[in-house]
Amino acid sequence: MTSSFINPALIMIIGALLIPFIRGPLRKPYLFLVPLLAFGAVISNSSLHGIFATYQFMDWQIVFGRIDKLSTVFAFIMAIMAIIGTLYGLHVDNATEHIAAWFYVAGSFGAIYCGDYLSLFLFLEMMAFSSVFLIWFRRGEKSLDSGYRYILVHATGGVILLFGILLRYQAVGNMTFNLLDVHHPQLYTWLIVIGFAVNAAVVPMHFWLPDAYSQASFNGAVFLCAFTTKTAVYTLARSCAGMDILVVLGVIMALYGVVYAIMENDIRKLLGWSIISQVGYMVAGIGIGTELAIDGAIAHAVVHILYKSLLFMGTGSVLYMTGKTKFTELGGLYKKMPGTMVFTIIGCLSISAAPFFAAYISKSMIITAGFESHLNWAAWLLMFGAAGTFLYNGLKLPYFLFFGKNNCSEETWAKAADPTWNMMMAMAAGSALCIIVGTFPGFLYRMLPYPVEYNPYTVYHLAETLQLMGFVALAFFWLKKYMEPEAKICLDVDWFFRMGGRLFMWIASHPLQWFDTAWGEAYRVVGLRSLMTTSRFWSWFDWHGIDGVVDGFARSIRAVGARVRVLQSGQIQYSIYYAASFVAILLIAYVLSQLS
Amino acid sequence: MRKIIEYLQAHLKVVIGTCYVLLAGIVVFACIIDRSHAHTAEGRALPIFWSLFGFIAAVIFIGVARWYGHSGIMTREDYYDDHSAQDD
Repeated sequence: MTSSFINPALIMIIGALLIPFIRGPLRKPYLFLVPLLAFGAVISNSSLHGIFATYQFMDWQIVFGRIDKLSTVFAFIMAIMAIIGTLYGLHVDNATEHIAAWFYVAGSFGAIYCGDYLSLFLFLEMMAFSSVFLIWFRRGEKSLDSGYRYILVHATGGVILLFGILLRYQAVGNMTFNLLDVHHPQLYTWLIVIGFAVNAAVVPMHFWLPDAYSQASFNGAVFLCAFTTKTAVYTLARSCAGMDILVVLGVIMALYGVVYAIMENDIRKLLGWSIISQVGYMVAGIGIGTELAIDGAIAHAVVHILYKSLLFMGTGSVLYMTGKTKFTELGGLYKKMPGTMVFTIIGCLSISAAPFFAAYISKSMIITAGFESHLNWAAWLLMFGAAGTFLYNGLKLPYFLFFGKNNCSEETWAKAADPTWNMMMAMAAGSALCIIVGTFPGFLYRMLPYPVEYNPYTVYHLAETLQLMGFVALAFFWLKKYMEPEAKICLDVDWFFRMGGRLFMWIASHPLQWFDTAWGEAYRVVGLRSLMTTSRFWSWFDWHGIDGVVDGFARSIRAVGARVRVLQSGQIQYSIYYAASFVAILLIAYVLSQLS
Repeated sequence: MRKIIEYLQAHLKVVIGTCYVLLAGIVVFACIIDRSHAHTAEGRALPIFWSLFGFIAAVIFIGVARWYGHSGIMTREDYYDDHSAQDD
């Protein structure tokens, strides 16, 4: 360990391991204190620049502390999110849920600060295997199934990433985690990008996200929505800036997410689709690769963590209080959950890039970078997607959840109320940050890797945004009956995997089972009979052939022995007589041979 | 908050009328501002370009999602449940 670098991952891991021993009234202060310490470590690290905490492991140099503006800004927002997320779930008694969440956060810190692929891989896997518990802790069969699908996808992505890392090591001879040669991609480049893309939920490797996040526990989803995809955005920004294909994939994500979110009936699944759409903007920005685009992508990642966690806190509060997450089982909740409604609407305005709210200062950076890079098609489509974002997240979500038709059962309605004080405080903090960063973006802009000369508060940008939002709202109120949520699910590309799995099981239990049975019968009828005939032949051959030869030889030896045995009287004088006679014969024969 | 919303709901026609006035105000505002900083020729030439863009984009999204959803993508909630798979 060198210098004053403090890895916040270490604080979170040690803090997590100590949770079971901190009980009673000390638990809540402790839960709040540890993320604060991690935040303090990030602030302390931000004054440093360079490589710290390096270790030699076999031929590889392991770097746990690479500090530059890129890692600092991501660590900063992750630390804030750790505080807000823990505050939101402060009342959760289950210590293991906090432990899982903190290990997950630690994995993100570790991945952000590391400087080599080996530790990056380990930290990403740590994130995957700890976060699955945030899904399983909701309990229930559907959460269990979603968790298994989640871990299966991430394990596959991890293996692909590991292959890429090893192939790259073979090709270049080092493990340094830096910008890849994206303009001359090799096989390992693609494998590494795919590994990151799985975590970033890039279409068509996105299907795990709405599935898993909608089935997570009410506070688990708040952590999930912030860390996995944004850590992946960090890895892409670090290694793949300027990779052309990311522009195409980002635009597809931005639009694909919008269409599915419009169709969706589950409020948290809608937000899952929304993550895919918003991460699409970041992926496209990284693909564009100019300084403004990279800054825009990172700024959007930062504000996205703020408003998306706020939205998941709002919808999580609905789940926590009512046990329901479907529009068709909710509605009209402004009467029972006014505080939650206000905070959720702030999140909705923030994601919709309304003036003075979070995404207003970031989304337009990416779109402007697209136009300035003459990628007009991408910029137009991202603008098109921005209109869709306001449609489903700024209008559909709050309208059908808090206003529209009241679909609540008596039981649901009786349960509905604003949640606990800590959940309200967490939402208030998230709301305040969304407004502060949207109104005063200078602090965030100064943290970005490249100098920002962009000013979002021009009169033209303001007029453009107001026109877009105003007329999207008009279309919504004229056509909202066509967006009425239906009690249905939406099939996605996971259909191929799920049905592929079922096809495999069907093949195993039908044709393969039939073949196995038929083969067994055929073996019994044909194979067994011929085998018995063959066995009988070899038995006969063994007995009469091999045993005959062996036994015959033995019998011959025995017969010769019986005859020779008569010569053996056992008396010494006969033995001397036979020996002397034999020697005499030999001598006579020798003498005669010499004479001749 | 609840009282404010219920008051607005009780005076819905006034609220809707106010929203239309606001929309008209946005259009007027878009017409009088300096558009020389627009990124595209369309934005510079047509003052209400983004109004049309937003409205048309929303209509397209609603239409595409409805068509796509009702073409078989939206299906019953127990579609993936094991017992229904056996029925399939």
